[in-house]
Amino acid sequence: MKPAPFTYHAPVDADEAVGLLAELGDEAKAIAGGQSLVPMLALRLASFGHLVDLRRLDELRGIERRGDDTVWIGAGTTQATVQRSDEARAAVPLLARATPFIGHFQIRSRGTVGGSLAHADSAAEYPAVALTLDAELEALSPRGRRTIPAARFLTGMWSTELADDELLTGVNFPVWKGRCGFAIEEFARRSGDFAIAGATVALRMDGDGHLDRCAIGLFGLGPTAVRARDTEAALLGSDPLEADAEEIGRSATEGLGSVPSDLHGSAPYRTRVGAAMVARAWRRAVQEALHG
Amino acid sequence: MADVDTVDTIEIHVRVNGTSRRETVRPRLTLADFLRVNCGLTGTHLGCEHGVCGACTVLLDGEAVRACLVFAVQANDAEVTTVEGLTGPDGQLSTVQAAFREHHGLQCGFCTPGFVVSVTAFLAENPKPTDEEIREALTGNLCRCTGYQGIVNAVRAAADTAGTAVTEGPA
Ligand SMILES: Cc1cc2nc3c(=O)[nH]c(=O)nc-3n(C[C@H](O)[C@H](O)[C@H](O)COP(=O)(O)OP(=O)(O)OC[C@H]3O[C@@H](n4cnc5c(N)ncnc54)[C@H](O)[C@@H]3O)c2cc1C
Ligand code: FES
Ligand code: FES
Repeated sequence: MKPAPFTYHAPVDADEAVGLLAELGDEAKAIAGGQSLVPMLALRLASFGHLVDLRRLDELRGIERRGDDTVWIGAGTTQATVQRSDEARAAVPLLARATPFIGHFQIRSRGTVGGSLAHADSAAEYPAVALTLDAELEALSPRGRRTIPAARFLTGMWSTELADDELLTGVNFPVWKGRCGFAIEEFARRSGDFAIAGATVALRMDGDGHLDRCAIGLFGLGPTAVRARDTEAALLGSDPLEADAEEIGRSATEGLGSVPSDLHGSAPYRTRVGAAMVARAWRRAVQEALHG
Repeated sequence: MADVDTVDTIEIHVRVNGTSRRETVRPRLTLADFLRVNCGLTGTHLGCEHGVCGACTVLLDGEAVRACLVFAVQANDAEVTTVEGLTGPDGQLSTVQAAFREHHGLQCGFCTPGFVVSVTAFLAENPKPTDEEIREALTGNLCRCTGYQGIVNAVRAAADTAGTAVTEGPA
């Protein structure tokens, strides 16, 4: 239960950090809050010759309104900071509401936004939120900066679009304006556990009460979080009061290719739980769009 | 056989319960082992060593964290408070500690330091919690003895005592 030996690096800025990652190659790993990485090292599920600590990278921390339509959250910002942030609550309600579902407060005091996204657990909340809101992820490598849309970022269980020597520096969350509703629902055996299945819903109504924007995210139901894009497309333009929440849940979880089956639940069970979570989140999001 | 770790040691400076400590450590030493072995503060317990049980909870710059998931080198220049640091100057129990004793918040005591530290941080940020918030806050610590009810009662009492102390203070 002790991690294998490693060499510790504490670079002072992001350029130095990615330089180290490039130079040390696949023997090196970035460490942020350590809330996913250290358990893996302790259980010897992983070991690295070098850990590159991001703790001194102040440029990776912060929550800032950028223009009218975007909130930038630094990759190194802790989940606890997100939870305490009035800006996050007001401008990115879905992210704020997802945060208390992450582990326990003693985990959130260290765990970071970038760590949650880069770790890319299939049952994690933040990847599903980023996907649902069409967030854009900022990455830095020795080759320069690039922006990765959330839809392209998650490539598989614990795997992402990031190269070995690439860091997430921040996430740009679009601010949805107008008559919007946001909800996240998940089911876990105990509070703080990873979800057996969960769902996110974000929607917006136009002046006539019809849906003009709609996103449904699912997590815990495949190797990565996914969007129920067919169901979303069918709902656009409709009156959400006429939609049947249970039917939306069934439709959103139909035809999922690789729902996990393990001792916490079989694939058909998880799928039914997922459908119920979509229905619950849908109802709450519609209520919020109608009544604020 | 040469110890593979000795090639790599780092000097760190940590304030532990108000006392400055300078130590040379190996990078893989966890903060929990640093506190127990290097500082001799064995109040911080280790149950699972992978973040699940909460027995190792300490305050790092005021926030409750798992000491088994932080490397000591990552606490360089930080302030750490362990359960030993919560008592008053003459060793009198803190409000939270006294409430645990009064309300049967412990039996064997293994989990207790982690609960006491967690609850201290929780009440500092949330001085007037609802019963539901108390239960939610306790989910990050496991206890195999009490059945939790005594712990819930202790936190309720600690919150109410602290609340009364504030309202009864000089206006
Ligand atoms: C008991 C417990 C319960 C938990 N429950 C949940 C839960 O319910 N939901 C949930 O989502 N998570 C949960 N977690 C995980 C937690 O949210 C982690 O904080 C998070 O997954 C990783 O963030 P971190 O900052 O700790 O990253 P680390 O553990 O430091 O790193 C994780 C991975 O991300 C990489 N990484 C970190 N930062 C960057 C960056 N800026 N750029 C590129 N790569 C980076 C690292 O190299 C590593 O591969 C739980 C953890 C524990 C211990
Ligand atoms: S020993 Fe750290 S959480 Fe169990
Ligand atoms: S009192 Fe024994 S584990 Fe909690």
